[in-house]
Amino acid sequence: MRPFDYIRATDPTDAAERTSAPGAMAIAGGTNLIDLMKLQVETPDTLVDVGRLDMGSIEEAGDGLRIGALVTNTATAVHPKVRADYPVLARAILAGATQQLRNKATTAGNLCQRTRCTYFTNIDQPCNKRAPGSGCGAMGGVARLHAILGTSDQCIATYPGDMAVAMAALDAHVHIQGGRGGDRQVPVREFHRLPGETPWQDNVLESGEIITAVTLPLPVKGKQIYRKVRERSSYAFALVSIAAIVAMDGGRIARADLAFGGLAHKPWHDPRLADLLVGEAPSPALFEKAADVLLDEADARGGSEFKIPLARRTLTAVLTEATETRT
Amino acid sequence: MSETITVNGVSQPLPDDVRVSLLDFLRQHLGLTGTKKGCDHGQCGACTVLVDGFRINSCLTLAAMHADQEVTTIEGLGTPEDPSALQRAFVEHDAFQCGYCTPGQICSATALLEEIRSEWPSDASDDLAAPTLTDEEIRERMSGNLCRCGAYANILAAIRQVAEEDA
Repeated sequence: MRPFDYIRATDPTDAAERTSAPGAMAIAGGTNLIDLMKLQVETPDTLVDVGRLDMGSIEEAGDGLRIGALVTNTATAVHPKVRADYPVLARAILAGATQQLRNKATTAGNLCQRTRCTYFTNIDQPCNKRAPGSGCGAMGGVARLHAILGTSDQCIATYPGDMAVAMAALDAHVHIQGGRGGDRQVPVREFHRLPGETPWQDNVLESGEIITAVTLPLPVKGKQIYRKVRERSSYAFALVSIAAIVAMDGGRIARADLAFGGLAHKPWHDPRLADLLVGEAPSPALFEKAADVLLDEADARGGSEFKIPLARRTLTAVLTEATETRT
Repeated sequence: MSETITVNGVSQPLPDDVRVSLLDFLRQHLGLTGTKKGCDHGQCGACTVLVDGFRINSCLTLAAMHADQEVTTIEGLGTPEDPSALQRAFVEHDAFQCGYCTPGQICSATALLEEIRSEWPSDASDDLAAPTLTDEEIRERMSGNLCRCGAYANILAAIRQVAEEDA
């Protein structure tokens, strides 16, 4: 590991200021960052430890639930209110990593985790995300974990997490402090970016900005499902995952909030799906139509062609379960 | 750095080099070689220790990040003369072959028993509110600890026995 300075931030403002210095990075749980530092994918000059800041509680706010940036994934998943009212979030977190990692991983760190593309984590390989302009080893390479939606000529990496997929379905908001624009809120659906021409930018967080919390809206009615398809039954990243909140009213779909993991550089949310599904009576034909819409621009460059039919089948399975449709 | 960390009840000065992982600090600075280095990337769980009661991978954290916290390693759970219930059950069930993953397995399982007592759910729980103790639950909850010898059946039996004694 390259040498670096280690300092502890005293409050969020101090953290925002110190991480705005060139070569400085915030560290909380560190499970992803320290791994990448060992691989020399990340080589910060300064680590600003934000782990002891007062952002580690879950509070009921009038308009929903506020989860502090430093709440561990474990604490979120076991919280009685999350288990009762936001089971899709508890399920998504529990489907990720291991108990050891979830005990360390934080809300903000999980949102900011880097892709697990093996060309990104191997410094001997070209990667436009790690070394801009060096090319992409994954295109035409071994790319089973890679994106089929929203890719660019520069990058086909996926956002690897589960938690943010559930948060995208729930339409949660990220609270950000500091930076030139002052405090701001960004919907989770808009927090992560598509790679475009700047694949090194994973999300909209700017230098000198610190995530302070994520807020969940008031609980909604309906069935909540998190379905994750992976290559082994535990401790593996998603090939395809779906967070679904689906409500029925009088035999018709009244709500269909869907977000997808494993398919893109961000938790994927396509507003056309709710437009198509809401107001309709559920049927296998309708679900196939939804999959047509989801995948109309799907493009696999690498070895991930199998994800296109897999995403179709997973979507129809989730909608069938959520609407209790007989097939 | 004049800060300290408590390991198995004993206060210790933190290393001067901030790069030192908690795992390397335990093994190389304190000579507590029970905690093992397998992959050094959080994949295998051989380095599992308890920090303030929570199980973590000691390879994926810096010792400096744990000032004023309490670490428990396999050496702190029991001794050959006075083993913990899990240590005894692992011997009784022959829950290992080469033994390299065993300290991590036992630290992990020690925390698992506490998590079950607290009724924390897992990915294998049918009911998020009230998980029940099944073999599937134990397997899921131990998925962060690999055993290259494949002693899983006996590891499961050892943990199950202690969990049932506990219930």
